[in-house]
Amino acid sequence: MDPQVLMQTLGKGVPTSWYLALSAVLFTIGVAGFILRRNIITVFMCIELMLNAVNLSFIAFAHEHRQVSGHLFTFFVMVVAAAEAAVGLAIILTVFKNRSTLNIDEIDSLKN
Amino acid sequence: MQNLWLIPALPFIGFLINGILGRKLSKAVVSAIAVLSVVLSFGLVVSVGLSSGWGEHPIHQHYFTWIRSGGVDIGWDFMVDKLTMIMLMVVTGIGSLIHIYATGYMAHEEGYYRFFAYLNLFMFFMLNLVLGANYLLLFVGWEGVGLCSYLLIGFYFVKKSATTAGNKAFIVNRIGDFGFSLAMFLIFITFGSLDFGKVLSAAPGKPVEVLTAIALLMLLGATGKSAQIPLYVWLPDAMEGPTPVSALIHAATMVTAGVYMCSRSAAIFLKAPIAMETVAIVGLATAVFAATIGLTQYDIKKVFAYSTVSQLGYMFLGVGVGAFSAGIWHLMTHAFFKALLFMGAGSVIHACGGEQDMRKMGGLKKYTPWTCGVLACASLAIAGVPGTSGFFSKDAILTAAYGHAPWMFWVGVVTAGMTAFYVWRAFWMTFWGEYRGGDAGHSHDHGHAHTHGHDDHAHAHNHSHDHDHDHGHSHSHDDHGHDHHGTPHESPWSMLAPLVVLAFLSLAGGFLFNVPKFLESMFPLHEEVPNEEMLMGVSIFAGLIGIALSYFMYVANKELPGKIRKALGGIYTLVYNKYFVDEFYDATVVRPIIEGSTEVLWHGLDQGVIDGAVNGAGTGSRSIGGVLKHLQSGNIRSYATWVVVGAVILLITVGMNGGLIR
Repeated sequence: MDPQVLMQTLGKGVPTSWYLALSAVLFTIGVAGFILRRNIITVFMCIELMLNAVNLSFIAFAHEHRQVSGHLFTFFVMVVAAAEAAVGLAIILTVFKNRSTLNIDEIDSLKN
Repeated sequence: MQNLWLIPALPFIGFLINGILGRKLSKAVVSAIAVLSVVLSFGLVVSVGLSSGWGEHPIHQHYFTWIRSGGVDIGWDFMVDKLTMIMLMVVTGIGSLIHIYATGYMAHEEGYYRFFAYLNLFMFFMLNLVLGANYLLLFVGWEGVGLCSYLLIGFYFVKKSATTAGNKAFIVNRIGDFGFSLAMFLIFITFGSLDFGKVLSAAPGKPVEVLTAIALLMLLGATGKSAQIPLYVWLPDAMEGPTPVSALIHAATMVTAGVYMCSRSAAIFLKAPIAMETVAIVGLATAVFAATIGLTQYDIKKVFAYSTVSQLGYMFLGVGVGAFSAGIWHLMTHAFFKALLFMGAGSVIHACGGEQDMRKMGGLKKYTPWTCGVLACASLAIAGVPGTSGFFSKDAILTAAYGHAPWMFWVGVVTAGMTAFYVWRAFWMTFWGEYRGGDAGHSHDHGHAHTHGHDDHAHAHNHSHDHDHDHGHSHSHDDHGHDHHGTPHESPWSMLAPLVVLAFLSLAGGFLFNVPKFLESMFPLHEEVPNEEMLMGVSIFAGLIGIALSYFMYVANKELPGKIRKALGGIYTLVYNKYFVDEFYDATVVRPIIEGSTEVLWHGLDQGVIDGAVNGAGTGSRSIGGVLKHLQSGNIRSYATWVVVGAVILLITVGMNGGLIR
């Protein structure tokens, strides 16, 4: 894309597809981190990252279609994420107190 | 307006009171309730008889609709006509006498109230059977008396042989009842109703094949209940029950239900000549067959049991040759003298302290003159000595048989001779000669409760009040020496009085009740048979020969039976062992069923197929789970991977199908 066209495009505002691409990248980072990292705090942060990636795409579409429902969804997601963070962090603290570890591979007593 | 429903309802009330409260009531109250309910019922029957001219004006009463479903409309209807009237008189009359007798006979038994509760229940069902105005109500009574028969045969339930005999009776009767049920279905399909009135009036217009099938299926039912070949095997075993039960159920009333049913369905049978012929042959064959077995038995009750089978065969012979009224007549006189024979046998057994083997009796006429006298009356009647009740009815059947086919008459006459022989053989062995029992009271296995001393009785009663009462009651019987079995002794009056009444009926019943004349409007009298006097003479002669022969063999020349036994050898063994019919059934029916059930149904079908399917489902899911459980690693990252993989697969699938469906 030559700079001339780029500047013209940005003059009308950032295109929706860019937001979606960023959202996809963030989501993929989140998934990768969730799967690959072992530290439970990191995993938790990756979940937040995925949620916010989705929020971004909601907002982008809301802007594109001039509708408020995307905003509403985003608020819901934020509220749920906040609640989840509060509960999740409390669980993590308790787990750490009892097990002295945050390695997610060692916390597997629910299997079998 | 007579309330017919009260007739069976009274014994039912007696059953409820004795069955529910009997344990707490004294024996006197229990027997009063039991006897009164039946005697009142008898009184009602008489009053119904008086008001309806003894069935001259049939009564039909509808109480309520019992079953209404589609085309089925079955009411709870009772009716009384002449045939019912005879049955009602026999059932309640003999029933009352036997109830009175039982109060004496059972006085020392445990489970006194239970016995009378069952007996009353039996009366209820039997009256239902004869009063019911459709086949289904008859069937209700039919099954009910079967139940009571089972309960009473197994009355001494601690004895293995008694419970087995009860089971045998019940199971063998199932085969017959199966036939009866099929007959009812066929009747309903053919006639669209089960009411006697509708069915029997419509019967002449139906195809012969269908009527023959119905009649033959009914006959199958009758062979079960009335102990005919091939289903007679349960009746001799049924003698395990207390003797009053043998007299009431297995001689006088229940076993005649088959004869009643065939006579009631006369309109169907008359249109099915093949079925009639079958009935006659089955009856005749049973009569001969059972009579030969009766010749060899030593157990006094077994002799009379085979005699019952044989006499029932006579009744079926009468029905089969079209002499329904003669069959019913014999049913009635047989109820008199066979109930008397059984109750007399009970009195003898009572006298000998529970002994049933005639080889251990003898000379009892000295100790029990009354019993001896009444048994002589009954034996004269069953032998068909002129003037006695049995003579008239048996002669009526034999004459009709001659009119039908002379060979049937001759076989019947031979049977009559054998009947006279074995009954009088039992009589001589029991009452003549020397008493062979010794201390018979201690060496028997029947009637276990008879031998119980007072201490045992005391244990059986929880309530001291009742116990005291019973104790006093027992003492009154001690005067008869009941609990001291040193020498035989006469029975109490409560037992003898019914015997005397029955003895009178056995002797005079033929003069008093001319059943064929009474039933002439229902069953036209048979056409005159030539040489009737000659036939009568032959049958009388056969009976007298039987009596004389038995006297000759068992009183005059006591060596003779042993010699004949030796001379006959194998044949004697065959007959003595009842032709090994039980063993034959065991080998051909019982064992194949048991082994087939064990091998095919149990091991093959149940364990193999059904358990196999259930267990297979279980082990199958376990082994699949064994593979799948590796997915649940406890590793969150692997779970997340699965989620991602799943999401990706979902996205790809949706994408390949061209997006979400709107």
